[in-house]
Amino acid sequence: MRRYTPKDNVQKKAKYTDRFYVAPSVPREEIEEGSFFESVVNKLKDSGVELLDTYVELGQLVMKIKPEDNVKALTELKENSCFKQCSELSAVDYLAQDGEFEVFYQLLNLDKALRARVITRIKENQAIETVENIYKMANFAEREMFDMFGIYVNNHSYLKRILMPDDWVGHPLLKTYPLQGDEHAAWYEVDKIFGKEYRDVIGPELRDPARIDRYDTQRFARVGHEVPFGADPSTIDETEVKIEDRYSKTFATDYTTGSKELENRR
Amino acid sequence: MAQHQVNYASSGGLPVVLTSADHLINWGRSNSLWPLTYGLACCAIEMMASGASRFDFDRMGVIFRASPRQADVMILAGTLTKKHAEFTRRLYDQMAEPKWVISMGSCANTGGMFNTYSIVQGVDRIVPVDIYLPGCAPRPETLQYAMMMLQQKIRRESANMNKNKKQRFI
Repeated sequence: MRRYTPKDNVQKKAKYTDRFYVAPSVPREEIEEGSFFESVVNKLKDSGVELLDTYVELGQLVMKIKPEDNVKALTELKENSCFKQCSELSAVDYLAQDGEFEVFYQLLNLDKALRARVITRIKENQAIETVENIYKMANFAEREMFDMFGIYVNNHSYLKRILMPDDWVGHPLLKTYPLQGDEHAAWYEVDKIFGKEYRDVIGPELRDPARIDRYDTQRFARVGHEVPFGADPSTIDETEVKIEDRYSKTFATDYTTGSKELENRR
Repeated sequence: MAQHQVNYASSGGLPVVLTSADHLINWGRSNSLWPLTYGLACCAIEMMASGASRFDFDRMGVIFRASPRQADVMILAGTLTKKHAEFTRRLYDQMAEPKWVISMGSCANTGGMFNTYSIVQGVDRIVPVDIYLPGCAPRPETLQYAMMMLQQKIRRESANMNKNKKQRFI
């Protein structure tokens, strides 16, 4: 199993230390003159939306806007540029790097078969306005964004966790959330069903069932070194008996000491 | 698997003296094991295949029931999420005694490959399990073999379930 490393400042640490390494990045292109994307950008500018950056990435138009303008921009894109479908809406955690979330709206124009992405950045505790009235799918997608990142969405009709249980603590898609869960996550089902006092009875989660513990006398983890079931672990060093010839020698060759056997087989 | 003590040696009811009444009752119980239809993930496909005509669970008296009140066995087939654990325990509590649990597949046994925050790491953390069934997913034959092992276990037990030592929570 992969060793667990703390994820608190994972973005600040350099993942690659090779100084000749160049991180792969998607090439950005300028918007071609006279193209459909140029007309989209011009219409958006005319409607009074401030565009911080625009470029084309993998044939998709990317527009960076201010978070206050999101409803205005998406209404304009839907009404006048025919982006009738919002195929995805979520956020990216850049908290450690920039102290911000990146919220993106992936749009699809079904007539031209072209895609556009609207990107905006919000601070950690900043809320964003809902786009539910423009795209119906935003109802569930914004609930998921709230569930996974803890981003509040203003004027949403039913802002409630969608994937995790209602009484869950923490937002799992944050980079600071540990993969195997915090203390609350580890005891969630025990606390909910039996109550906190049952934590001692049931015991902590075993995250690596293949782990062999020499002093564990309750599970069949130590084949060939057998002690009575539930024996006192402190006495194992004296009572343990190595049981020989339990398994076929043909296959279980000890390569470290039994070199003769290996030679015979050759 | 959970760390609380499971008494493997006596859970088969070895120290119990069986009488003719026990034999008769156990004959009835072991030959009409009705599992709860409870597929959680991909193991459920194998469980369905076991019930269908090629593998044919019906010939062993195993008939899937859609209500916990009518079921004797809970086959936990698949990944159990922490959100769902509460409802699994409620369904287990709704089953009438005597009741048994088969944990089917790696995910139900230990959490399997889902070593994450949202998956129960072994269903024996919430319900007492009689048979752990390895595999990802186990073949229908494996599930049938587990059911036959459970039948053998029931036949060895006392008909009075209070006399049988089981892994107990409450």
